[in-house]
Amino acid sequence: MRGAVTTMRAELMGFSGIVERNTYIIKRYVWWELAWFIWTLANTLTIVFIAKGFEQAGAKFDVNKATSWLLIGALVWSYLGMVFGLLVEMVQWERWEGTIEHTFMAPLSRSMHLLGTGIFGVLYGIVRTAALFVVVALFFHLELPHADYVAALVVLLVASVSFIGIGMMTSVLPLISPEKGVQLGYIAQGLILVVSGVYYDVSVLPGWMQALARISPATYALRALRSSIIDGKGLHALWGDIWPMIVIGVIAVPLGLEIFRRGERYAKRHGKLKRSG
Amino acid sequence: MFSASALSQLIPDRDVPAVEVSQLSKEFRRREGLHRHRITALKPVSFSIARGECVAILGQNGSGKSTLVRLLSTLLLEDGGAARIFGYDVFREPRRVQRLINRVSAEASFFKRLSAIENLSYAARFYGLRRRDTRAEIPRILERVGFPLDRATGPMEDLSRGMQQKVALARALLTSPVLLLLDEPTTGLDPRSKLEVQDFIREVRRVHDSTVLLCTHDLTEAEELAERVGILHAGELLCLAPAAELKRRYRAETLEEAFFSATGTALEEEEVSG
Repeated sequence: MRGAVTTMRAELMGFSGIVERNTYIIKRYVWWELAWFIWTLANTLTIVFIAKGFEQAGAKFDVNKATSWLLIGALVWSYLGMVFGLLVEMVQWERWEGTIEHTFMAPLSRSMHLLGTGIFGVLYGIVRTAALFVVVALFFHLELPHADYVAALVVLLVASVSFIGIGMMTSVLPLISPEKGVQLGYIAQGLILVVSGVYYDVSVLPGWMQALARISPATYALRALRSSIIDGKGLHALWGDIWPMIVIGVIAVPLGLEIFRRGERYAKRHGKLKRSG
Repeated sequence: MFSASALSQLIPDRDVPAVEVSQLSKEFRRREGLHRHRITALKPVSFSIARGECVAILGQNGSGKSTLVRLLSTLLLEDGGAARIFGYDVFREPRRVQRLINRVSAEASFFKRLSAIENLSYAARFYGLRRRDTRAEIPRILERVGFPLDRATGPMEDLSRGMQQKVALARALLTSPVLLLLDEPTTGLDPRSKLEVQDFIREVRRVHDSTVLLCTHDLTEAEELAERVGILHAGELLCLAPAAELKRRYRAETLEEAFFSATGTALEEEEVSG
C-alpha cells in the first residue's frame, strides 16, 4: 500500500514537471505567444468575414448565426491545433533543444509524460481560445443571448479527452520519423477537421467522408458547441453528441498510449531516440 | 536529494555489482540510396563494475562508447546479450534502472531559453522530487559545482560551455544517482573548466559513494580518475584493467603508447580520420 502511494506520488510529481516545464517555456517565449495569438486572430477574422462578404453579395441568411457558425469552426480548428501541436511537437522540440535523451531516460512513465503534455495543451488551449472568442465576438458585435457557456465548456473538456488520445497517436510520428513526422502529424489534424464539418455541415460531404465523420470526435464537438453557443442547448439536449465523444475518448487514450509505447520501442531499437545534430 | 535509505531500498543486495554486461551487442541499419546496410556499433562485450568503482572506457569517435552509454541509459534496445545495473535488467526493468542512474554527456542538453534553475527544477520533478525539496537544494548544488548563482536565473544560452556543463553536473547530482554515466563530460572545455569538472567527479565519488562509468578520449583524465581503464576499438572491448597493468601488458611507458599497441593507431590520429 505504502509502495503504491509512493509510486503514485512520484507519477504525479513527474506529471507536474511536464506542466512546470511548459509553463516556463511559454513564459520565456511570451513575445512568440503574442505573435501567434495575433496570427490566429487574423486567420480567424478572415474566415468569419466570409459571412459578411456573402451578405454584401446579396445572399439572404441570418448573418449573426452564420458568423457565429464560422467562428466556432475557426475556434475549434485553433484549439485542436494547440492541443495537437503541443503533442506532435513534443518530441521534435526536445530533439532540437537536445533534451530528448534526458527526458526519455528519466523515471517518468510515458502515460504521465503524454497526459501531462496533453492536459497542459487543453488548459493552454482553453485560455487562448476563450481570449480569441472574446476578441472576435467584440469585433463583430456578436449577440449570443441564449449561449450556454457551461455546456460548451463541458463539451470541450469531454472532446479534449479524445483529442488527447488522437494527439498521442500522432505524436509518435516524429519519434519514428525525425524528418517527416511533424508534417504527417499536421496532415492528420487537417484531415480530421475536413471530415468533421469545420466550416460546413457534414451532410454536404461525399458519402465516404461522412462515414469518416462518424468516427471523428471533432464532428460531435463542433455540432454540440454550435448547439450550446448558438441555440443555447443544455447538456441534457447535447447527450446525443456527448456519449460518442466519451466512447471515442475511452478507446483513443489507451490506444494512443499503446501506439506511442510501440513507437518508442521502435525508436530505441533503431537508434532514433536522440538529439538532432 | 534522495535519502540514502530510500536508495538502499531500491538496491536490496549490497554485494550485487553496479554494472554487469554480458555479450552485449548493437547494430544499426543505415540507408544509402536504395541500399540498406548494417553497421556494428558494439560487438559482444562483457565486463562488470563493482559498486563504488570508477571505470574509464577509452576510444576514438565511432568506437562504440556512446552506444554503450546509451544502452545502459535505457535509450537503446540491445540486439544481443544482457546488461544489469545493481541487479536490475536494463532492458526489462528500465524504470527501476532509470531511478538509479543519471548521465552527463558532451553536449549541453537543456532548453536554452530557460534558466539553470528552471531546467533543474522541472528535471527534478521527473525523478519524483518535490518543489519544497528542490527550492533550497538547487542553489546549494549549483554553488557546490562552482556555478555563480547570479547567473542562475538568466537563459542558459547566455552561459559559456563550461558553465553549462556545470549545470549538467548539478542536474545529475540533484537526483543522487548511484551510477553516474559520463560520456565525454569534459570534451570542448577549457583547461580550467576541465579540472573543475574532474575535481567534482572525485568529490561525487568520495561523498556519495557513486559508481562511475567514464567514456572519454582523454588519456590523462582516464588514468587519473579511474581504477580500471578499458580500450574500446571498432565496437570491441580489447581490454579492461588498471592503467599500470595495461602499460605492462602492452610493454608501454604511457597509456597513450598502450592504446597505440592495442589498437594499432594513436588516439588523436583516429579522431581526425574517424
